[in-house]
Order: sequence, then structure tokens, then C-alpha cells
Amino acid sequence: MSTRQVRLRINGREYSGAVEPRKLLTDFLRDDLGLTGTHVGCEHGVCGACTILWNGEPVRSCLLFAVQMNGADLKTVEGIAPNATELHPLQEKFWELHGLQCGFCTPGILLTAEALLKEIPNPSEVEIREWLSGNLCRCTGYQNIVTAIQEAANAVNSAKS
Amino acid sequence: MKPAKFDYHDPTSVDEALGLMAQFGDQARPLAGGQSLVPLMNFRLIRPAHLIDLNGVNELSYLRADDAALRIGATTRQRELERSPEVAKRWPLLRDAAAFIGHIQIRNRGTVGGSLAHAFPSAELPVAMVALDASMVLGAKKTRRSVRAEDFFLSYMTTALQPDELLLEIAVTPLPGNAGWSYQEVSRRHGDFALAGAAAVLALDANGFIHHARLTLTGTTPIRVRKVEESLLGERPSEALFGDAARRATENLEQDSDIHASAEYRRGACAALARRALMQAAQRAAESVKGTLR
Repeated sequence: MSTRQVRLRINGREYSGAVEPRKLLTDFLRDDLGLTGTHVGCEHGVCGACTILWNGEPVRSCLLFAVQMNGADLKTVEGIAPNATELHPLQEKFWELHGLQCGFCTPGILLTAEALLKEIPNPSEVEIREWLSGNLCRCTGYQNIVTAIQEAANAVNSAKS
Repeated sequence: MKPAKFDYHDPTSVDEALGLMAQFGDQARPLAGGQSLVPLMNFRLIRPAHLIDLNGVNELSYLRADDAALRIGATTRQRELERSPEVAKRWPLLRDAAAFIGHIQIRNRGTVGGSLAHAFPSAELPVAMVALDASMVLGAKKTRRSVRAEDFFLSYMTTALQPDELLLEIAVTPLPGNAGWSYQEVSRRHGDFALAGAAAVLALDANGFIHHARLTLTGTTPIRVRKVEESLLGERPSEALFGDAARRATENLEQDSDIHASAEYRRGACAALARRALMQAAQRAAESVKGTLR
């Protein structure tokens, strides 16, 4: 089995590993690096559970090979809280407003939402639903997710002003 | 649900990539954004022996607009096309079509050239490029050739690309003066594969008569309905004219039946979308004429 060495940055920390070219980034994150917050759903780019940030942009990690990520800068759900004892405003609001039930889709949704709030600090409901259309949730019916993202936006904006 | 083994190549220049394509031919697949290729590999529907990753070929990623054309490097991300102010201003049809591709998470990685080379029947960019009369620059190790979009798409997921060729660039000329445009599609949910789509470009003269018309529909491959286009020239835009044109354009349109929709449904939807696209393009063209006369 021929492997290649990759070095990359995840959540501000350097990681490296030897990977077979066919290893999906999702499996590299979970199995090799122990970052199991990234969930594996459909493995063909439909469900959005494995969404991570690649150079700040949400992408499907099941449609990337780990070998392609040499030198990349990634963020996974483990990296969104400011420290070990505080939650990110999005996490805070998802918890408070029941933005999750089983939680399987939540990591992908949090990363999509984080990128959304960076690009559009005060998104409309239509914009939130447009961004969320790439993340499937089979429990909640999305309403509480939308509300939680709106409230998180309000919290971030009022903390700034 | 995991891909079969392959040898991975990561060229950093077009020459290097074309050298690898020449070496491995139909044993190799170029990998651009991977948003269609990797699902096929994960399902093991395809098992290329060699994967030639174009993501490190920086010279293939660009958007350059001048008076003559918009030039799009093949690995330019779809999201860049969607976000470009220049594209929004001068090629809004392209921006509108791009916004329908999958979801933001797909467009962040998916490339313009990848979608075109994959040539999936319900894909947005092939229809848009045919409607815009784009031309494709195809390269092999020792040759370069330019193919019109209409001649690039041959049939279901089949293009004019030879096994050793790569799509390098797409060139899109500006719309004629006082032109209106429209891109329409219908899918079960936003971001799903389109069940039907239509793109129209219309230009009116100062008296409100149509002097330029293009209509392209989704089928098993993008279809430019030239006979219908010609029949619109010299006419005044009206619901009746466009309703009749849409009906004629879709009468014998080849469509597939699958789990999502029957061929009959797709033909009907194409007709409705063609009519709407022509109406909207005519409205925009009329506004543009008014703006010029003022």
C-alpha cells in the first residue's frame, strides 16, 4: 500500500499523517486524527453531515481525499468554541432553543451557520434557509435551527455594538 | 461506499497535467472539484486507475473579462462565478444559472469546467453555456482546439473531449446590445437535480421587434432550438407568440424517464419554463431598450 505524507492545519493546530490516496478526508479526520465531531452520513455529498470549513468556506469532507489537503487550513466542529469551557454563540443558541434533537447533523449545520454569519452578519430567514438547504436534518423540521441561527446572529451583533 | 484504489498524481502545471493525460489516457480521470466524480467513485460506479488532480494547477483558475469575452479557467470554482461583480453585470445569465447548482457547500468546491466536462443532463452550466454561445478550449499534449458549446455536448454525459484531452478554458462573448436574458428551472427542492430547465436570450430593436433570439432547453443534452429561434425574428413579443414557440420547441424533445419524473412531465415542464424564460428575457430586453432611448 503506497501512502503519502500530508501536513495540514486544523482548528489552528498542525497535524500530519500518512494516507493512502483513496482515503476520504472524513475518514482521515475521524479515524486517523480522532476528530470524531465530523459525522459521516451519506458519503456522496447529499446530506451535509460531514461539512467542514476549507479555507473558511463550507465544503463536504466526504468528497475530498485527505491527500488533497496538504497545506490546507481546515476547521471542524471541535474548533468553533472559543475555549474548553465556553460555547460559541451558535452552540449556545442551539442548546437553548432546541436547535437539535439527535444531533447527528448538528456539526455540519454549525459550520455552515458559522460561515454564513461571517459572510452575512444579519441574515434574513430566506438567506438562512438557502444556506441550510445543503444540510439535511431528519428530526427537527428546521424551524428551531433557523431561530437559533437568527438569535445567535442577534447575540453576536449586540455584543459587537 | 469507499473508493477503489488508484494512483494519485498532482501536477502543478497544464503541461504536466496534459503529459499525464497523454501517458494514461482512458485509464485516468482528471479530478477538479470532485463534486460529481467522487460520489461516483465512492459508489464504485467508476474505478479509475489514475486520478490526475487539477487543484494544484493554479494557472487553470481565473476569471478574466475584457471587451471581447469573459475567459473562465476550467478549475474556477462555481462560487467565484456566482460572486463575481463583473459576471453579475455583464453575464447575469451565468450568475443566475450558477446559483441553482447544488448547494453553497457544493459550489465552494465544484468547478465550472468540471460541471461542463461531466455533462450531466440536468446540469445548469451546460445549458447556460450553449445559450451564451460559449466556446471551449480543449488541450492535449501537442494540440489546442476550440469547440463551440453546441458541438461540445454530444449526448448523455458525453462530450467532444478525447481521452487525452482536458477542458482548459471557456470563453463567453458579451450579449448583443439591448438583450434580455432568463434562466429558469424546476426541481423538487432548491438545490436538487433539475427536472427541467430553459435559458433564453432575446434582443429587441428600437421599435420593439425581436432581432436576436436564443432558446436552450435541458434534454438528454442541452438543446438549442434554432428553428423556433428563427421563427421569432421580426415578431413582437407576446404571451401568445412565446406560448406557441415553447410548444413547438418541446414537441419532439427527447427526454428521459426516471424515478423523479416521466419524460412527458419533463417535456411539459420544459415548455412552461421556455415560455417563462422568453417572457422574462423580452421584458428585460424592453427595459434595456427604454434605458437606451432615454
